[in-house]
Amino acid sequence: MDFEFSEEQLMIRQAARDFAQRELIKDVTERDTHGIYPEQHIESLKALGFFGMAVDPDYGGGGLDTISYLLAIEEISKIDAAVAVIMSVHNSLACYGISKFGTAEQKEKYLHKLAAGEMIGAFLLSEPEAGSDATMQRTLAEDKGDHYLVNGTKNWITNAKHGDLYLLIAQTHPEKKHHGINALIVDKNTPGISLGPHEDKMGLRSSDTHSVMFTDVRVPKENRIGEDGFGFKFAMNLLETGRIGIAAQATGIAAGALERSLNYSKERKSFGIEIANHQAIAFKLAEMAVKVENARNLYLKAGWLKDQGKPYSLVGSMAKLYAADIAMEVTTEAVQIHGGYGYVKEYHVERLMREAKVTQIYEGTSEIQKVVISRHLIRE
Amino acid sequence: MKILICISNVPDTTTKIKFVNNNTAFDTAGVQWIINPWDELALTRALELKEANPGAIEKVTVIHVGSPASESTIRKALAIGADDAIRINAEPGDAFYVAYQIAEAVKNEKYDIVIAGIESSDYNGSGVGGMIAEQLGISSVSSVSKIDIENGNVSLKREIDGGSEAIGVTVPFVAIIQKGITKEPRIPSMRGIMMARTKSLKVIEPTVSESMTEFLGYSVPTAKSACKLVDPENMKDLVHLLHTEAKVI
Repeated sequence: MDFEFSEEQLMIRQAARDFAQRELIKDVTERDTHGIYPEQHIESLKALGFFGMAVDPDYGGGGLDTISYLLAIEEISKIDAAVAVIMSVHNSLACYGISKFGTAEQKEKYLHKLAAGEMIGAFLLSEPEAGSDATMQRTLAEDKGDHYLVNGTKNWITNAKHGDLYLLIAQTHPEKKHHGINALIVDKNTPGISLGPHEDKMGLRSSDTHSVMFTDVRVPKENRIGEDGFGFKFAMNLLETGRIGIAAQATGIAAGALERSLNYSKERKSFGIEIANHQAIAFKLAEMAVKVENARNLYLKAGWLKDQGKPYSLVGSMAKLYAADIAMEVTTEAVQIHGGYGYVKEYHVERLMREAKVTQIYEGTSEIQKVVISRHLIRE
Repeated sequence: MKILICISNVPDTTTKIKFVNNNTAFDTAGVQWIINPWDELALTRALELKEANPGAIEKVTVIHVGSPASESTIRKALAIGADDAIRINAEPGDAFYVAYQIAEAVKNEKYDIVIAGIESSDYNGSGVGGMIAEQLGISSVSSVSKIDIENGNVSLKREIDGGSEAIGVTVPFVAIIQKGITKEPRIPSMRGIMMARTKSLKVIEPTVSESMTEFLGYSVPTAKSACKLVDPENMKDLVHLLHTEAKVI
C-alpha cells in the first residue's frame, strides 16, 4: 500500500493548479455569466499538453497515467469546472476511445491530431428520448455498402461546436436492439450536420453544449469502431472511464468550495471572533473536509485500478456517485458559510453550487450509478 | 552562449513560519518547497531568450547548493525547460558560502551570463549574485529589470532611483535580476515534466569553505494591530487615537 504520489504526478497537479489559479480565475465569472467559450485558455492548455495527456507518445501524446490526468482535472475544477468538462470529454472519451478501440489506420489518421489538440473530440450518445436508457437509440446509421447513412438528433453534446471529431453512437440494426448499435468516427464538417442553439445551462455555462442534427450524413465504412454492432459496448466502456474523470471533477468542485470556505471563515468575524472558531462553522468545515477526502480517495482508487489494468467499473461508479452527491452537499454548505456573500457571484461559491448539480446527472445519473453498483454487488 | 541560473530552494510563499529549538532553527515540518520566485522568473526569461535567438544560446543550466531533498525543486526547473542542472551537495550556509561554491563549480565552464535573483524569499540576503561576480572576477549588474540579446549583443535595463538606466554589457557577467524581468514564471508542460528525469543532473561535492556568519536566533515580527476606521467627519476622534493609541503625536 502506498499513498505517495510520484514527483511527476505532483508536478502535474501543481502545473494544473498554477494554470487554474493564475489564468482561469481571471475571467471565470464573466465567461460563466455570458456563456463565453474559453478559447484562449483551451489553446494554452493544449500548448501545455493537457489535451491528449494519456495518449501514447508514439502518437504525440503525453503517455501519462490516469492518476496524473485525474489530479489535473480536480485542480482545474476547483476554479472552473466548465474547462474541466471540455478537457474530460476530449481526453476520457475521444482520445481514450480511439486509443483503445480504434484500428491502426484510425489511430494514425486521428490520434496525432487529437493528442496535439489540433482536433477536439466530442461524444454523441444522448438523444432527446435516450438518456439513462442508452439502448433506445433513434439515430439511424443505415448500412449502404461502402458507407453508413446517418439520420437523427443527438442531445446535450459537449464540444459540439468547438469540437472537430465526433464519436457518434447510432443504430444500424433496430431489430437487434442494443446489439445492433454502431460507433462511428465522424468529421464535424461532413455535409448534413447542423447544430441546435447554444444550451443556456444552469452551470458549466462557458462550455459549449448543443444538440446535433444529422440529415443524410454519409460516413465511410472504415470509420466504424470495432465489429458491426460493437457500438453499445463501446459507449458503455467510454462511460466507465469517463465517469472517473467526472468523479475527479465533482471532487474538485467540492474541494474548491472547501478551500474558499476555509479562507473566508478564517477572515470573516462575527460576535467578536473569526467564524471558523464558532463550532457551528468549524463542524461544517470538518464534515466538508471528510467528504472531499473520501471522494478524492475513491477516484484515486478507481484511477489506480485502471492504471493497474484491473477492473474499475464498480469503484469508478462508487467514486462518481459519491463525489457528485458530496459536491452538492459541500457547495451548498459553502454558500451557507459565506452567508449573503455566498449568494452573489463575486465569491464564486454560488457558481460552484450550480456546477455541482450536473455531476449528478451526466456521465450516468446518480441513480444509474446505483444500478451499476448494485448489479456488481449482487452478481459478484 | 551559455546561461547559468542560480536557484534557491525556498518555502512556499504561503508557508506559516515557525521556529523550533528555542527559536534557533526554522521548522521545516510540512513545508512545501519551491523555486525562489525571482530565480523562477530568471529561468523563464533565459528560456525566452533562448527561443528568441535560435542557435545563439547553446544551453541554459541551473545550479543549486543544497541537499538531496532539494532535487525535486531542481527537477521542476528542468521540467520548465532548463537543459541541465548541477547540484552542489551541501547545506547552503550563508551568502558567501553559496557564492563561493557556485563560483568554484563553474569557473572552468565559462558561462557567458550568470543570472541570480535579487534575493531569496526566505532569508532575503541579496548577497549571492554580487559575490559570485567578485569571485569569478567578472562584472555584475544589479537590479536588472530587462535583459535582451540581439545579434549576440546583450542589453540591460536597470532600475535606479526615480527612473531607469539602459546598459550595454560585454560577456561574461552576472545579472542580478528583479521582478519585471518577465511577466510570469513559466508553467511546465506535460512533456517537460516527463522529460525532466532524462536530463542531466550532475551532483558535485562542495569545495572546502566555511560560512562567515551564523544564525543565532530567529523571531517573528510582532503582529500588526487591527486597522481602525474613523469617520472623516470625526477628526477629533482621529487626533485622540493618534495621540493615545498610536502615540505618534
